[in-house]
Amino acid sequence: MWRKGHFMLKFLADSLVYTLMGIQPGTRLGDTLHFFFYDTTKVFLLLITIIFVVAVIRSFFPPERARKLLGHRREYVGNFLAALLGIVTPFCSCSAVPMFIGFIEAGLPLGVTFSFLISSPAVNEVALVMLWGLFGWKIALLYTATGIAVAFFGGILIGKLKLEHLVEEYVYQIKMGEAEMAVPTWKERIEYAQGYTKDILKKVWIFVIVGIGFGALIHGYVPMDYVLKYAGPGNPFAVIVAVLLGIPLYSNAAGTIPIVQALVGKGLPMGTALAFMMSIVAISAPELIILRNVIKPKLLAIFTGIVAVAIIIVGYLFNAIL
Amino acid sequence: MKIQILGSGCQNCMKLAKNAEEAAKAKGTECEIVKVTDIKEIMSYGVMQTPAIVIDGKVKSVGRVLSVEEIKKLL
Repeated sequence: MWRKGHFMLKFLADSLVYTLMGIQPGTRLGDTLHFFFYDTTKVFLLLITIIFVVAVIRSFFPPERARKLLGHRREYVGNFLAALLGIVTPFCSCSAVPMFIGFIEAGLPLGVTFSFLISSPAVNEVALVMLWGLFGWKIALLYTATGIAVAFFGGILIGKLKLEHLVEEYVYQIKMGEAEMAVPTWKERIEYAQGYTKDILKKVWIFVIVGIGFGALIHGYVPMDYVLKYAGPGNPFAVIVAVLLGIPLYSNAAGTIPIVQALVGKGLPMGTALAFMMSIVAISAPELIILRNVIKPKLLAIFTGIVAVAIIIVGYLFNAIL
Repeated sequence: MKIQILGSGCQNCMKLAKNAEEAAKAKGTECEIVKVTDIKEIMSYGVMQTPAIVIDGKVKSVGRVLSVEEIKKLL
């Protein structure tokens, strides 16, 4: 079915660009337009279906459930479970504060809480769809496994450093109530998933189009191996620069992945590309600003540092083995 | 009837408050709408996602901006 879909989309892009627009295949303009139409239709189809499915799964895992499941876990098992739950629990940086407090109040060790806080934004559905659509499922899976590993080890390290005193004092004084929430019906889950998909699409569609547009231009007009000269294996600092660049970029996660994909086509090593993409989604300025409400600047810096270093290590590791 | 909107005052919370107001007006229900921004109070409702809507002390929805139609059904 996947192959059939691929042929359908290719046929559509072929007929649109080569037949309807009358542009010759093999020309720069033809390649660029074909790349653009093929990738945008593919990515939007994937976005709609995957986000919908993810949203249905998420309706089964509200953060209140993660809180209960993690409440009595110790280190290691807790870190691993938190990293996994981070993927399926809906996360919005606007809810980072109540989530953080809820976890700490339930007695979760700080390190376990951070495993959740790292994996939740790092492995998000939009990034996964873009990776799957543009790089294939193997890279998407590799990215997910890497995100879980970074969250697991990062959380353990933060736990070992015993930084509980760097959490704002008021957090420990809050008592959380018990909300009686009705279990949603299937109809409600579907409605939630539809609304969620619409919201995400509304937020990212422009980035997707602009990103793929830029990617298509790079694909069609930037000479082969151009990137190889600057960010290829010949530059030992490429991964570090890529990760540092990625930290302040956030809202453009949907837009950056197509550009990164085009750059990979021009010789950017896969490890550097993966590290760059992960630093874009895992650490973001708005999330850090919000987390500042519950943790002190020093812990914020330690958290950012640990995640950045972990991603850099992953980048070099993949450059070495891929 | 008392409607409380729990949230830090972000965009979504304001949208939810506006929808609640519209829903109440459309239904002609007499009600008081209060925005709860204090994190201690928000947490006391057992809520981990904002915005949340509480009607007469009962949490009705969390982490979503309900539409006017959806709120009307709750009133």
